[in-house]
Amino acid sequence: MNGLSGGSDTPAPLILRNARIVDPSCGRDETGAVVVADRRIVAVGPDAEAVARTPDAQAIDCAGAVVAPGLIDMRVFVGEPGAEHRETLATAGDAAVAGGVTTIVTMPDTDPVIDDIALVDFVTRRARDETRVRVLPTAAITRSLEGRELTEIGLMREAGAVAFTDGRRTITDAGLMRRALTYCRDFDALLMHHTADPNLVGDGVMNEGETATRLGLPGIPREAEIVVLERDMRLVALTGGRYHAAQISCAESLDVIRRAKDRGLPVTCGASINHLTLNEGDIGSYRTFLKMSPPLRNETDRLAMVAGLGDGTVDVLVSSHDPQDVETKRHPFAEAADGAVGLETLLAAGLRLVHDGSVDLPTLLRALTSRPADILGLDVGRLTPGAPADLIVFDPDAPWVCAAETLKSRSKNTPFEGARFQGVVQHVVVAGARLATYADESVTA
Amino acid sequence: MNAPHTAPATVFPHRHLLGIEGLQPPEIELLLDRAEEALAVSRRVEKKTATLRGRTQINLFFESSTRTQSSFELAGKRLGADVMNMAVATSAVKKGETLIDTAMTLNAMRPDILVVRHQAAGAAELLSQKVTCSVINAGDGAHEHPTQALLDALTIRLRKGRIAGLVVAICGDVLHSRVARSNILLLSALGARIRVVGPSTLLPLGIDRLGVKVHNDMRAGLTDADIVMMLRLQRERMTGNDVPSVREYYRYFGLDEAKLAVAAPDALVMHPGPMNRGVEIDSAVADGARSLISEQVEIGVAVRMAVLEALAAHLPDD
Repeated sequence: MNGLSGGSDTPAPLILRNARIVDPSCGRDETGAVVVADRRIVAVGPDAEAVARTPDAQAIDCAGAVVAPGLIDMRVFVGEPGAEHRETLATAGDAAVAGGVTTIVTMPDTDPVIDDIALVDFVTRRARDETRVRVLPTAAITRSLEGRELTEIGLMREAGAVAFTDGRRTITDAGLMRRALTYCRDFDALLMHHTADPNLVGDGVMNEGETATRLGLPGIPREAEIVVLERDMRLVALTGGRYHAAQISCAESLDVIRRAKDRGLPVTCGASINHLTLNEGDIGSYRTFLKMSPPLRNETDRLAMVAGLGDGTVDVLVSSHDPQDVETKRHPFAEAADGAVGLETLLAAGLRLVHDGSVDLPTLLRALTSRPADILGLDVGRLTPGAPADLIVFDPDAPWVCAAETLKSRSKNTPFEGARFQGVVQHVVVAGARLATYADESVTA
Repeated sequence: MNAPHTAPATVFPHRHLLGIEGLQPPEIELLLDRAEEALAVSRRVEKKTATLRGRTQINLFFESSTRTQSSFELAGKRLGADVMNMAVATSAVKKGETLIDTAMTLNAMRPDILVVRHQAAGAAELLSQKVTCSVINAGDGAHEHPTQALLDALTIRLRKGRIAGLVVAICGDVLHSRVARSNILLLSALGARIRVVGPSTLLPLGIDRLGVKVHNDMRAGLTDADIVMMLRLQRERMTGNDVPSVREYYRYFGLDEAKLAVAAPDALVMHPGPMNRGVEIDSAVADGARSLISEQVEIGVAVRMAVLEALAAHLPDD
């Protein structure tokens, strides 16, 4: 169905001209053209069209819009298999295209859990048949995500798992974490970890502090995140395993990551765009679509996280796309499920940080393209000749209003309902093939 | 009847009573004044009026409650409403029906007023967004219990003649207490000075930001207090979860005559009930001359009558 599997139907060459080309992988930010042929990028820059002669190419005048590598989202929950009523690979793929995301990294928290080579293979095949974007599965570190026995990390890595994670779960057993990191190191496998000590989280449902106290909701201390993160840094130092903190949310976690990087440990971290653009105050009167793990923190933490993106402490931004439906969200706050959809708003929400002057566009895009590509060892996420032609064109200034009912995702639990955004994706190209976007349907007109 | 108040409100402007938060002091005073009138009605032989005749009130209790539910039931009946009690703790919710589905089902029966108690903070507000009738919060998790705070305030006002300037010590399990939150909001809005007293494991982080003074020592917390308001400690929290044992809790935070001695000489003792005698309060204090505990129960009915009446003013007439 998509152009990823090769075959004879190679898409026609493509010229994207009159564009602002932003490629953080090589520090490029200039006006010019990108030429695509045979599913790959052929030439980039002011003289690209002269370098690469493609007379049969389809030319698109970008009219000054930005051309960037397609976004890579390292934390996406999909309902397939097991909860297709919330999201299938097909609908997640449509949501990704709408948001300019050309590669999604799926989490293993499905039913059944992705903890076996056959299941890694299932996701890969279903994705190839059902979606138009690249889908890279992660697999569980422990069987059934139970935090007890290691999975077949070597075999699943061969089968295509790009990283190993227990998804929403935290591995509380330090001895097991040590073995997992040690074993991952032998296969050069990346371990991604959601750090939230379940005992410190307790029955907490939002950030601990004044707001939680006013709302009468049990709080989650920052220490639930920090304690596990600090433990993990010690274990990385002990084992040398490659470690990625899936999402951090507060100022002190940034300090932990900074110190680890200063020591030269093989550590990176991610943050969800929610934690850089929203805070606990947005929960207002118990809006369950803003209930997530880690919880939204206060404005001081948000500002620290934005600064962490600016100085590179935060390596990657993710949507942490987590489709939930009425049955899991239409409850009192404490009883509602965690999670928010985000594939379609990842770029637009991120551009808020550019528009308000917090970071520049290449810094934002680095965390959405070249950094995740580097961490996962991918050849996409860059606009260099020879790289696969995964790229997007977007107008960073075009305004739109987020309306849940127009989302492509099967679930509508967006924390940005009614939000005013600037930044519209106009073209999405995956492996040299142009895919239809919102702009084609003039939904955003 | 009462000393005139500054800027008296004459109409209660809200369709629901979801919490004390969001109420202006004159609106609170209005409810207290009306409750005082209702108290007089409640003390007559003929206690029944026709204010709510033809109206349907449903008491939807997801947590079991004897006193609050019967207080609301009596209040509704004294105003002439048809009152139905729904104990949901044992029915549909166990079968997987959500709070909202239950509420929508009841809403389809066209009640005029829904009185809701639920274990989750924000439940009453959530319901108010989904139903067409008026909603009264009879307790939502550890968030609010507005009618309890109103009845506490009226009890204090009747005995002390005022609220402004009084020192009120709220003691015990503040962390899990909706009564404490509503009282802090209401009594500070009317000018009382609030202290919270308890072990730190039972005080929520950031409580000081609500404008209260925090004490971990009962003696310091009760010194010169005009009102000592005790909170109930749930049984499951007494055995090593939040406090190590009943006897240790009683030793440091149980209210007895000795601890009460440091309070103001005319200090009064309150408790929202049900009491754990010998845990948070000594029987001699609970039944003593300074105890307002029975008065609180009587005034509770009057306050709920006042609230029902105030909200009924917003109900559509044919």
